[in-house]
Amino acid sequence: MTTPILEIRNLHARIEDREILKGVNLTIPAGQVHAVMGRNGSGKSTLSYVLAGKEDYEITEGEILLNGESILDMEPAERATAGIFLAFQYPIEIPGVATMTFLKAAMNAQRKARGEGELSTPDFMRAMKEAGSLLNIDSDMLKRPLNVGFSGGEKKRAEIMQMALLKPTLCVLDETDSGLDIDALQVVAKGVNGLRADNRSMLVITHYQRLLNHIVPDVVHVFSDGRIVESGDKDLALQLEARGYADFDGQAA
Amino acid sequence: MDYDIPTLKENIDRETVESVLALDVDKYKYGFETDIESEVAPVGLTEDTIRLISTKKDEPQWMLDWRLDAFRRWQTMDEPSWAKVHYPKIDFQAISYYAAPKAFKGPKSLDEVDPELLRTYEKLGIPLSEQAILAGVEGAGEPKTPYSGNVAVDAVFDSVSVVTTFRAELAKVGIIFCSISEAIREHPELVQKYLASVVPVSDNYFATLNSAVFTDGSFVYIPKGVRCPMELSTYFRINEKNTGQFERTLIIAEPDSYVSYLEGCTAPTRDENQLHAAVVELIALDNAEIKYSTVQNWYPGDKDGKGGIYNFVTKRGDCRGRNSKISWTQVETGSAITWKYPSCILRGDGSQGEFYSIAISNGYQQIDSGTKMIHLGKNTSSRIISKGIAAGFSDNTYRGQVSAHAKATNARNFTQCDSLLIGDKCGAHTVPYIESRNGTAVFEHEATTSKISDDQMFYCQARGLDEEEAVALIVNGFVREVLQHLPMEFMVESQKLIAISLEGSVG
Repeated sequence: MTTPILEIRNLHARIEDREILKGVNLTIPAGQVHAVMGRNGSGKSTLSYVLAGKEDYEITEGEILLNGESILDMEPAERATAGIFLAFQYPIEIPGVATMTFLKAAMNAQRKARGEGELSTPDFMRAMKEAGSLLNIDSDMLKRPLNVGFSGGEKKRAEIMQMALLKPTLCVLDETDSGLDIDALQVVAKGVNGLRADNRSMLVITHYQRLLNHIVPDVVHVFSDGRIVESGDKDLALQLEARGYADFDGQAA
Repeated sequence: MDYDIPTLKENIDRETVESVLALDVDKYKYGFETDIESEVAPVGLTEDTIRLISTKKDEPQWMLDWRLDAFRRWQTMDEPSWAKVHYPKIDFQAISYYAAPKAFKGPKSLDEVDPELLRTYEKLGIPLSEQAILAGVEGAGEPKTPYSGNVAVDAVFDSVSVVTTFRAELAKVGIIFCSISEAIREHPELVQKYLASVVPVSDNYFATLNSAVFTDGSFVYIPKGVRCPMELSTYFRINEKNTGQFERTLIIAEPDSYVSYLEGCTAPTRDENQLHAAVVELIALDNAEIKYSTVQNWYPGDKDGKGGIYNFVTKRGDCRGRNSKISWTQVETGSAITWKYPSCILRGDGSQGEFYSIAISNGYQQIDSGTKMIHLGKNTSSRIISKGIAAGFSDNTYRGQVSAHAKATNARNFTQCDSLLIGDKCGAHTVPYIESRNGTAVFEHEATTSKISDDQMFYCQARGLDEEEAVALIVNGFVREVLQHLPMEFMVESQKLIAISLEGSVG
C-alpha cells in the first residue's frame, strides 16, 4: 500500500489550558479530497492551524505525518516547503507589499529552501498569467497590496492563486466559502477543482454543505468536540444538512 | 504629543530580543579597518589645531580667520540636551581633528592611490574600482560614454577627499563637482558667497564646531539652466581611531537647474564611540530643484551598545528662489546615536520642500530625527513622510517642526509619521511642533503606530518565508512610500540594507 499524503494519529492539541483537539485520527490518501464538517467552535480551524504549524498551539499527544514523515518539529516555513498549504479563512493584510511581490517572495523562498535558484522574470510572469487567468485575477489586482481593501471574493481568489503557484501536495482549505457570493464561490471552486491531481490531497474544512456541491469530496468527516465522530461518502454531507449537527453530538461524548 | 507604546500586546519575550542583539548588530558588514599609513593630528582642540588643519589644506587667510571666529564662538556655547538621546559627555579634547591617508593630500590620479584604499572602496561596493570610472579620475582617459547611467563619485576618507570621478565630463556643461577644500582654493568667490548662508556659523553647537574644524566634504555647483546629467555621489568613510569626521557639503543650484545627489557612509567596528558632526547646506535659486538622498550606515555599536558613531548632523536647504524645490530622502540604519533634522527654508514664493525618511533602530541605537519646514514665502508647500522602525532595545523619535510665517499666505503642509515596533523593549515617539502665524495656512498631521502582528508573521511563514524574510518583506512594505523616492541605484541597496539591519529582530 502506498503511503498516504496525510496521516493524523490520535492528535491532541491545546491552547493555554484548554484542550481543543481531543484525539483526531485522519488519513488522506494521495489524490483524494476529504471534507471536515462541524459547527463553529468544534475545533476545525484549530486543526488547520496545527497542520500549518501555528505557534499558539501545543501538541500534547499524537502524530502528524506528511508523506510518512513527522512534521511536528518543523517550523511553519519548513512545512510550507514540504508541501502543506493553508488557504486562510481570513487572509491577512500585508500593507505596502504588492500581491505580485508577495507571490514572488513566497515562490523564491520555497525554491531557495529546496536549493533551487530564483525564478526568472519571464518564468514568473508566465506562471502569474496562467494562475491568474484560472481565477479571474488581472494584473491590476496583482499590483495592489496583498489583501488590503480586497473584497471577500478577491481575498479567497488570491489565496487559491497562491495555492496554484506554490503547487502544494496537501491543500488545507479553511472555510474557503465564507464571505463568498454564489458567483465568487463558483470561480473559487473552479480554481480548486483545477488543482485536483493524483499526487495531491485536499482537506476542505467547512460548516456548510453548499461548498461541497462545487468541490465534491471523496470522503466527508463530521467533526465534533475536537475529534472526528463519523465518516462517510459525500452523501453524509447531505444528511448532515438535513438533520443538523445535533444528531452527531451524542457520538462525541 | 508623545506616543509611547508600552500598552501594546506583546508576544516577543526578552529572550527573543536578546537573541536579536546577538545576531544583528554584530553582523555589521562594513566593520573592517584599512591598514594604510595615515597622517593624524595630535588629539585635542586648540587654535593651533585649527591652524594646522588650515595649513594642511593650503587654505587662504580668510578661511582660517573664518574658522578661528567659529572656534571662539563655539567655546562660549553649550552642548544641546533637548533631544531624546542619552550618552556620556563627549571629551572634545580626546579627539583628533585631522587624519589623512599619507599617500595623498588631495585628489590625484589613481596610479598614485594606495592600493589598500582602493581595496577598501571595493569592499564598500563603490564603483570606483570599475575601470571606466577609474579612468575618469583626472582628465586623462575619460570614459567615452560617461552618461550611461553611471554615478560621479567623491570619496572622503577620514578627513580628506581622495578621489572625485567624472569631473572633466561634468565641467564641460559647467558643473563643478569637487572637494570643498579644492573649492575653497579654486572657487573662493562661490564659497564665500554661500558658505554658512543657510546654516549660520553659530546655528547650533555642533554646526559651530564643524565650522571651526571641518576637514573636507563635497562642493557642487550647477550653473543656470543645466540639468545635471548623472547622479552625484559622495561616500564618507571614517577609518582612523579616535578621529572625528567633520565634513562640510555645499550644493548650489542656479536658476532653472536640477541635481540629484547621493550620500553614503560607513565606518569600522570600534569599541569607543566616534564623533561625526557634519554640516550640509543646499541653495536652490529660481525654479531650481535639488534632490538629496542619504543612506546612512555608520557603525551602530555592538550588541551591548558599546561603540558606534555619534551622528550629530545639521542639514538644511534654502529654497531661496521662486518655485524652487528641495527634497530630502534619508535611509538611516546606522550610528549609535543619530541627531539629525534635514530641513527646508521655504523662502521663495511657490517653493516646495519634501522630507522622506526611513529610520531603523535596533540593538541599543538611539535615533532622534525629523525635519523642519519653515514656510516664509507665499504659496509654499511641504510634505513629510516619516517611517520609523524600532527593534531590540532601541529608541526611535520623530521630531519635526512645521511653521508658517505671517507672510506665508496659503502655506500647505502634509505630515505623516508612521512607527512600527518589533518587540516590546523598544520605543517609538512622535514629537511634532506645529506653528502658524498666518490664517490661510493649512497643516495636516497624521500619525500611526503599529506592530508587526503575529498573524502577519504566521501568514508569511505559512507561505514558506522564514522569520527574517517575513520581517524584511513586511518592513519593506511599511516603508515603500519612502523607498520610491530614492534614486534607482539606492533603492535596491536600501531594501537589502533594511533586511540586514533587522536580521534576527524577531525570534
